[in-house]
Order: sequence, then structure tokens, then C-alpha cells
Amino acid sequence: MRIAIKQRHIPLAATALVLAIVYAAAAMKFPGFFSLRVLVDFFKDNAFVGVAAIGMTFVILSGGIDLSVGAVVGLTSILIATLVRDHSVHPLEAIALALLCGSALGAVMGCLIHFQKLPPFLVTLAGMFFARGLGFLVSGESIGIKHPFYARLMDVGLPLGGAATVPLTALVFLAVFAAGVYLAHFTKFGRTVYAIGGSEPSALLMGLAVGRTKILVYTLNGFCASLAGVVFSFYGQAGNPTWGIGIELDAIAAVVIGGTLLSGGVGYVAGTLMGVLILGVIQTAIAFQGNLNTWWTKIAVGVLLLVFILLQNVVSRVSVRPGGAKRRPAAAGKTPV
Amino acid sequence: MRPKNPHPAGRREHGAAARLFWPLAALALLLAFNFVFTEGFFRLEIRDGHLYGVLIDILNHGSRVMLLALGMTLVIATGGVDLSVGAVMAVAGAVAAVLATKTNLPFGAVLAAALGISVVAGMWNGLLVAGFRIQPIVATLVLMVAGRGIAQLITDGQIVTFTDPRLVFVGNGHLFGLPFTVTIVAAALAVTWALARRTAVGLFIECVGSNETASRYSGVNVRLVKFLVYAFAGFCAGVAGLMAASNIKCADSNHAGLYLELDAILAVVVGGTALTGGRFYLGGSIVGALLIQTLTTMMYMRDVSSDVAPVPKALVIIAVCLLQSPVFRGQVSGLVRRGVRRLRPAGGKAS
Repeated sequence: MRIAIKQRHIPLAATALVLAIVYAAAAMKFPGFFSLRVLVDFFKDNAFVGVAAIGMTFVILSGGIDLSVGAVVGLTSILIATLVRDHSVHPLEAIALALLCGSALGAVMGCLIHFQKLPPFLVTLAGMFFARGLGFLVSGESIGIKHPFYARLMDVGLPLGGAATVPLTALVFLAVFAAGVYLAHFTKFGRTVYAIGGSEPSALLMGLAVGRTKILVYTLNGFCASLAGVVFSFYGQAGNPTWGIGIELDAIAAVVIGGTLLSGGVGYVAGTLMGVLILGVIQTAIAFQGNLNTWWTKIAVGVLLLVFILLQNVVSRVSVRPGGAKRRPAAAGKTPV
Repeated sequence: MRPKNPHPAGRREHGAAARLFWPLAALALLLAFNFVFTEGFFRLEIRDGHLYGVLIDILNHGSRVMLLALGMTLVIATGGVDLSVGAVMAVAGAVAAVLATKTNLPFGAVLAAALGISVVAGMWNGLLVAGFRIQPIVATLVLMVAGRGIAQLITDGQIVTFTDPRLVFVGNGHLFGLPFTVTIVAAALAVTWALARRTAVGLFIECVGSNETASRYSGVNVRLVKFLVYAFAGFCAGVAGLMAASNIKCADSNHAGLYLELDAILAVVVGGTALTGGRFYLGGSIVGALLIQTLTTMMYMRDVSSDVAPVPKALVIIAVCLLQSPVFRGQVSGLVRRGVRRLRPAGGKAS
């Protein structure tokens, strides 16, 4: 049993190793890389992907998938901007309303997935189309958020001594991360999510609240996605219905690179954090390099994805029990759609 | 108590014809709506010996999703999914454009190279899924993410325009009075149908999708079947990529085929093939693709902004999925039965 647990940690350990190597390599090549300021910038610049990825971790742990994240980011940002500009709603109320909308969309998708037994892939695909179109329905163009409160939010930060200050966006990311760790590893909800991802019929037979948990997982992810939209609107001090295209892919990639199995049931929220940071380091390093083009980022992320998927594959195949039964026989079976 | 019917939709499953009913009904409903409310929807005219009209436009613009859906149908029938077809389209377009402008290769070689690379991309997916037994959604995610980067690498991040008349013909030419793209789709459908339904290949595919273990024990080469369907999906994506690039006379690595993999999956599911694999319906997928394109074209004609168009699309997806879901059908038929019972006069119980 001790060996099995250790094997389960291999992807996480590999993620940590890759993060260390990538960061060390970048720090050796670029002198300015190894500084508190750049580290803080990682958290600041990747806050929206990070928030979305932590919500996505729960969805993937439960054996599902959510493609609507990027569209919800765009919808949230334009909703806040329109409410503030055209309806003179206070930004705080607008943010609350937008978060409510995102969560509600997630809840509706969760209900369709649970009650109608529709595949998550299709339901969230429809959710993506719906949210994207709705964003354009609210406003077809970018709207600036000009409100003293919003501008003041940008100055909020936690001084770290020296020149470095942790800005609000990074604080939001860290708070969501802490909440995610707590939810996943220290609550009944988290244990049920893992149980559903491991085997839904077993979770049902154990008498766990499968339906409620599944709907809550998609609600939680809707909340995280709209929070990512709020964070995004901080950066640009605006709302734009075209924002956030492809964030769901970055989030899924971060989760997989973080060592979570896409078939569900195995993974850690901390792994996702490292996955986000790995993506961030690669992006920053390629930007530092200057003469490399942005498409190398895509290729690098693709290669990393491949390496981690192959690694997970090896790990799950090695863990064959003495009796001959595989721990994860579903590795080559049905897609988690 | 009456035992619950384990297959609420069982009575309707009389083969492909019955399965086609819902998608065809939805398409007919859309067309009927447009016949009444959208002016000029059914108008056809002949200019320079070519047919023009909205219906022809739907066939022409829907051709890419129809082609992708053909390959996707077989992949989904084996219980898999291919997310990379949009990126493969971009790669095929990039290869064709670069070879046509920067080298003196004959046209045949350009086509062969573009399609060859697409097949290799499909074989790569097949290798990961069949060889390394990686879940299809993850395995094809790799190429979905990296593929666009590769396409940009090939074109050096530029949008490569070309003027080769033969390459332009693929997406803009006419044959028999119809757009050439329609001919390509018809040929692809005929070949796929013949291969899948007139040989045992289709049976093997359905067999693998229904029960992999049982197929292996019955002597079906599961890995080979899976490998081949992904290679075929790559080929279809390559042809679709050539059509897309040819249509706009340039290779745009960032936008060629963007989100088309989702449209293709949608077309397949709307056409009656379940995402869990097993039975597949090639005709259904074509109808599904036409349904999506009709919806899109209709939005344009009714002055709905193309940006807002996804909203009704999403609602139609959910509606069609619900109509095909056994759970939903069971609930509705239960409601109807209860309603009928209540409407019956009290004495009716005696019978």
C-alpha cells in the first residue's frame, strides 16, 4: 500500500521537478529572472488562468470537463463594464451580480449533466456558445470601466518589504488557491469529488451525495470562471466580450501538467498551482528571450502536455496489483465526456 | 407494478432511417420557418451556368464541417474524440500555401504533401490513443494546442497568400453547376459510406465502440481499427483545411478551422451517433452539419449579428441533445401518460 501511495505522488513530484528545472534554467539564462519582483509578477500575470484552473481542477477530479470557462470570462467582464457605465451600478454590486450569473450558468449546466445524463463535453460546449453570444448581446464592443473605486482597487496590495508589493489580483489567486486546497482535502465535499471521479457507481453505492456534489462542482467552476473574468477586468480596467478565448485550454493544460488525471479521481490542487506557474515561466522566458516567437509557447506547452500524459500513463500502468487487476483499468476506455 | 422499460427509446430504434428522424425533422422545421419568414431563402438563379442561392451557400459553407464530421463520426463510433482537427486544418493550409508560393513543386506534389502531413498528424493521434492507450480527449488535446504553433512555424507567423489557380479552384471553383466543395463532400461521403458499410470495416468500428474487450476476444484488431480511424480523421481535416485556405486564397494559421472541431463533434452528435461510441450514422452527421450551417446562414439573413448567433445555436444543441436523451424522453412520455390518464373519463378505468 505504501508503494501505491508513493506511485500516486510521482506525477506531482515530476511537476515540482519540472517547475524547478524550468525556473532554474530561466534564472541561469536571464539574470533578472531570479527576483522577488518577477516571482510576484508570475502570480499577478497568471492570476486569471490560475483562478480558472483551480475551478477546473475540481471538475476534472470529478471526471468531467468544462469548456465554457473562457466564454464566461468574457461575459463577466462585459457585464461588469456595462452595469457600471450604463446603469451606474457600484462596481462592487456589479461584481457580485456577475459572480452570481457565472455561478448560475454553472449550476444550470451541472443540472443538465446530472439530471438529464447529458455528456459534460456537449453541455459545457453549449454553455460556451451561450455565454460567448450573450456577452456580445450585452455589448458588441470593448467598454472601459471608469470608476474611482475600480482605479483604487488597482492600488490595493500587500507590501512585501523592498520594492515588491503583492497586488490584488495575485492576492485573489492565492486566496482561491487556499480555498481550493481546503475544499479538496479537508471537507466532505472534496472527498466526495474524489470518490465520484474514482468511480461514480461506487460513490452512489456508498451513499454519497453524488448528484448534489456534481452540480456543486460545476457551480463552483462557474464561480471561479466569473472570478477569473473579474480579475481580467482589473488588468484592462475594461470589459470586452472577445476576452478569454482559449482560457479553458490553458486551464486544462495547467491541470494536466499539474499531475491530475483527466479520467478523474487522482490529483492535487497544489499540482495545478505548479502547472500554472510552469506555463507562466515558459511564457515569460520566451518573452525574455526576445528572438523566439510566441508560437514556440504553444509548441512547448504541447510537448509538456505530451510528456506528462505519457508519464501518467506509465505510472498508472506500473501500478498493477499483485492480483493482476489494474488500478486504473479505464486508462484506455471511454473518454470522460 | 409494470417493470420499467430499460430502453425508453427502444421502440424507435429501427435502424438508420428512424435515427435520422429527429435531425431531419429539426432541419425541415428550420427550412419551413425560413420558407415563410425569410425572404429569398429558397431563391435559386443560374449565372454563367452556375447555380447561386442561399441553399447553395449553405451547402458550400457547410462543406468543411461536413467533411470533418465524416472523419469525426468514425472516431466517435470507436468511443473516442478528435479535438485536433481544427489545428490540423491550419497545418494543411499552411503547408499547401508555403509550398505553392515558395517552391516550384508541381501542383500534385503540393496537394500530396499537405494531405500527407494531415494523415501523419492523424496517425500521431492514433499512435497515442491506440499504441499508448491514452484517453482520446487528452491525446488529441496535445495536437490541438501544439498544432496551431506548428502551422505558425511553417508560415513563419505570416498570413501567406497564393494565386495558383488550381489551388484556388479547390475552394472557389464550380463543377456541374455546383460549387466544387460540394463535389468533394459528395465524393468523400460516397467513399466513406462504401468503405464503412459495404465492407466489414464499419462493423469492426461499431464493435470496438460498443465493447472493446469483447471485440478483442472475437479477434478484431482493436488497435489497428482505432489507429486507422484517427488517420482517416486527419485526412478529412487536411482536405477541409485545403478548402478553407483555398476559399480565402491564403493560409491564416490563427483562424483557419478555429472551433470547427467543436462544430464537427456537434454535427455528429446531432446526427444520432452517441459520444459513448457504438452505432454510427454517416448520413445523420451530414444532416447535423447542414442543420448547424442552416442555422448560421439564417442568422446572417435575419440580420442577427454573427457574434450573437452562438446563443440560439447553444439552445438548439441542448434541445436536440435532450430530444435524443433516453432520460428526457422517459420523463416526457411519463408526463404525457399521466396527462392522458387524467383526461380520461373516470369510467375509463374499467377497461
